[in-house]
Amino acid sequence: MLELLQNLLRWLTSGSQWSGPDGIATRLLEHLQYSLLATLVAAAIALPVGLLIGHTGRGAFLAINLSGFGRALPTVGLVTLVFLASGLSMWPVYVSLVALAVPVIVTNTYAGMAAVDPEVRDAARGQGMRWYQVLFQVELPLALPLIMTGLRLACVQVVATATIAAYVSFGGLGRYVFDGLAQRDLVQVLGGAVLVAVLAIALDLALAGVQRLLFRNRPPRAHAH
Amino acid sequence: MTIDWGWFPDHRSDLVTLTLDHLSTAVPAVLFGLLIALPLAVIAHRVRRLRGLLLGISNILFTIPSIAIFVLLLPVTGLTRTTAITGLTIYTLVVLLRNTVEGLDSVPTKVREASTAMGARPLRTLLTVELPLAFPVIMAGVRVATVMAISLVSVASYIGYGGLGQLFTDGFQRNYPTPVVAGVLLSLLLALAADAVLVTIQWLCTPWLRRRA
Repeated sequence: MLELLQNLLRWLTSGSQWSGPDGIATRLLEHLQYSLLATLVAAAIALPVGLLIGHTGRGAFLAINLSGFGRALPTVGLVTLVFLASGLSMWPVYVSLVALAVPVIVTNTYAGMAAVDPEVRDAARGQGMRWYQVLFQVELPLALPLIMTGLRLACVQVVATATIAAYVSFGGLGRYVFDGLAQRDLVQVLGGAVLVAVLAIALDLALAGVQRLLFRNRPPRAHAH
Repeated sequence: MTIDWGWFPDHRSDLVTLTLDHLSTAVPAVLFGLLIALPLAVIAHRVRRLRGLLLGISNILFTIPSIAIFVLLLPVTGLTRTTAITGLTIYTLVVLLRNTVEGLDSVPTKVREASTAMGARPLRTLLTVELPLAFPVIMAGVRVATVMAISLVSVASYIGYGGLGQLFTDGFQRNYPTPVVAGVLLSLLLALAADAVLVTIQWLCTPWLRRRA
């Protein structure tokens, strides 16, 4: 056990391991690229949908069931299916990562909007605000903490799952996991896993920092998941 | 991409075997997860200082890629079903722990104090007052964990215990999409069915919530 940890430390800290086209630095950037692009695309799809469902109150049933469906969909199966359909391209990676993130963001956005006090909403309307003013100036700011929770959760899951890019012969930190598996090199697998976990936690903390900056002037409130 | 629908009836018995195999990995994982999460949640609920630590650890475990967890367990438990179940148990923990703590938090202090005032010991209060009241929130966690576990079992196909996930590997290697479609559909159906069973169990166990609805 101790020996494994020592080897891991050596693997993580050796300079040659970090440089080059298959070095940690390159793999880290690839992983970051897959994850950020997938999360951004997912957010671009999911935020309007979640806001619309929350604002109109219509389609709540859809929002709730979508999250269940997203969780139930086996990612490995989806990747394989898109791979067989599209051949060697980035599609399998992005389709499955976006499919993973969209339900999480939609349901949390909807939950945030649904938690807005109806009296506040009525008061805004009573003041003569138009629907878009109610949405962007009243509902959205109030729903933002839960929306951010959804984005953070989606981001963490996407980073952990972007490992799958290596399964369909692309890069990212998953390379170490799959290559290590093929070469029976446990240190490499462990190194890859640690790097993915660290990246996920770092991104989560960064988003938490953004969230804190956005709510500097707000009293703290409870978070729900 | 063409799907050979005739493949389905030809492989009926294989599909049944794989589905049962799938369940016998996912179900124990949720049960063990619950067995571990319940006492930890009680501790996290009672001891404020340990709460952040326990929730933090389970959150960190959640960020490790599932495939890596299975591979890393190999030297400990080998190519066995135990490896698959242990890996999945670790994943269910984060949801189960968080929901159980939230469930216990949702019990009003007055109710807890009333129970104590009636002479109930902490253990009795926990078993007969707090847990029943927290039950709906805990069950919400169990439902999420179960659906998640069922979809994640397929990742264990790399170590040979993927249940329906074996169909993904098979289709991938032969460049043949039909088994992959079958695996995805059956996995979805299984998750849906398991969720329906859990909703029914919850309904049967909480007669006091029925009249209100």
